[in-house]
Amino acid sequence: MIYPSPALSRRFFPLLCVATGALAFLAGCKPKTGDVGTTGGKSRTTIQNKGSDTMVNVAQVWAEEYKKLQPHVDVEVSGGGSGVGIAALTKGTIDLANSSRDMKAEEKAQAKKNTGKEPKEFVVGFDALAVYVHKDNPLTEITNEQLADIFAEGGKITKWSDLGVKLPGGQDPIVRISRQSSSGTYEFFREHVLNKKDFKLGSRDMNGSKEVVELVASTVSAIGYSGLGYNEPGKVRMLRVSPKAGQPAIEPSVATTLNRQYPIARSLLVYTLGEPAGETKLYIDWILSDAGQKVVEKSGYVPLRASAGKP
Amino acid sequence: MFAVRAAKRAPWAVVGEKIIEALVYFCGFSAIVFVLGIFVFVFKEALPIFAHEQFSLTEFLTSSDWYPTSESNKRYGVFAMIVGTASVTVLAMVIAVPFGLGAAIYLSEFCGQKTRETLKIVIELLAAVPSVVWGFIGLTVMSKLIVQYTGTPVGVNVLNGGLILALMSVPIIVSISEDALKAVPDSYREAAIALGVTRWQLVWRVLLPAAKQGLLAAVLLGVGRGVGETMAVLMATGHAVHIPHGVLDSVRTLTANIAAELGEAPAGSDHYRVLFLTGVLLFTLTFAVNLIADTIVRGIRRK
Repeated sequence: MIYPSPALSRRFFPLLCVATGALAFLAGCKPKTGDVGTTGGKSRTTIQNKGSDTMVNVAQVWAEEYKKLQPHVDVEVSGGGSGVGIAALTKGTIDLANSSRDMKAEEKAQAKKNTGKEPKEFVVGFDALAVYVHKDNPLTEITNEQLADIFAEGGKITKWSDLGVKLPGGQDPIVRISRQSSSGTYEFFREHVLNKKDFKLGSRDMNGSKEVVELVASTVSAIGYSGLGYNEPGKVRMLRVSPKAGQPAIEPSVATTLNRQYPIARSLLVYTLGEPAGETKLYIDWILSDAGQKVVEKSGYVPLRASAGKP
Repeated sequence: MFAVRAAKRAPWAVVGEKIIEALVYFCGFSAIVFVLGIFVFVFKEALPIFAHEQFSLTEFLTSSDWYPTSESNKRYGVFAMIVGTASVTVLAMVIAVPFGLGAAIYLSEFCGQKTRETLKIVIELLAAVPSVVWGFIGLTVMSKLIVQYTGTPVGVNVLNGGLILALMSVPIIVSISEDALKAVPDSYREAAIALGVTRWQLVWRVLLPAAKQGLLAAVLLGVGRGVGETMAVLMATGHAVHIPHGVLDSVRTLTANIAAELGEAPAGSDHYRVLFLTGVLLFTLTFAVNLIADTIVRGIRRK
């Protein structure tokens, strides 16, 4: 009953031939570039690295910088969310999982069951979750309770006027921008801001940290949360957050994260299966060194030591 | 006579024919094997959820509380997403069917040879645009236009998803409807013209009724695309679990929900099983659409 158009396939057949030819040609070229792989007598190694979208940018820069030092090591980085990275690690399909939340006990058990190895955790930096609003929003600070009332199920704040804010466009309903549930940012926010309560349904759930900031930048009545490193000055503003009503609101910054004043901050983690060995161990050592920590600071996150990055 | 012919042929030819016969037979039935295989696999992954005493199918289908990762109270209700899928698909069809059929009628009956060839190539190229690129257009270009012209706060919504899906299904509808119109024998056209009808009467009274089945197939293939499309709607609809009150509200579709959440759901967990159950639901929906269409087509044939 449902059939593909014969005209369609007839027209595309020559195109297909050309495409196949081009692919074959490219495949023929490939071995030439592959030969470079054995420079210095070291065999080529690939480290598979997957996980947190918050960390994907910093992980990418690590991989690139490390490539300059150790050309025979390829680090393949991909995102998808902390949950995705951890799920892949428990199946043993990757070497390193980036995560912006702690691995749960049942995930560790799963990894042990599948691979026989205990996951090992490394703290590689810190991140402060910033609360973003549009640049034209007059609000400057917010309390943890107000955030929970905006985002959590059963929370009472749904309009900007509930916060005493009048937006320039006159729009009143708050547009909540959140993350999809595989994201470590989502779970971190739920645990530390919503006190493990569930999110109110109807928020726009974005697929990446950057998308949250972009949507806030284009929506006057929006509020969203994302990593400190994704700030785009001039398009969005970060709110100062106070841990409790009556306490002073703290500006999200490197300094306030390191001295633990800023209430919504977390560790950035890397997990391996068992004690890392060989190239993977060297790579993690490098990440923890001053050179690796400099990348953390440059990407807008907070390095392990305040002195890192300085000569 | 049979014995005589068999005697003339070499034994390898007889065996070869048997093998080819078996191969062709297998090819014919392989579709059934694959469809059943997929259904069994998806169903098998979903089935253990029914053993869970807290899970109720009624709640799954009628509640719009979707809290698969809640720490205190996990709830699995996909009603909002069923409405989301339906609203985006219906809007897309409302836009795409008149456009697609109109274009097909113009292509097959009204335009000249040269225009037709050019237009067909362009329309078929439109079908080759990957869905993630459509999603990208929805997210960046379309959402800004929607905000600008409607004044709504967020541009990723039902309207955006519907427009993108309509653009994606128009080429399919055009190609298949055009083939269906082309398949109407020229004797019909000649007979109608001989009776002195206008071109419009020819299209409306003769060609459309004659090509009814093919046109229906075209529309249903468009519906199938709408229900099954994932990447573009994931990006363009805003991905909010929410029953829409108008075309400017964000929604989440069944397919987008599976795509966004299956990667993180631990294999074998309730969340994973419920996502597979959503797959079974989608499968059943498309099966029902096809079945209804088949019945309609059969009904037309019998008349």
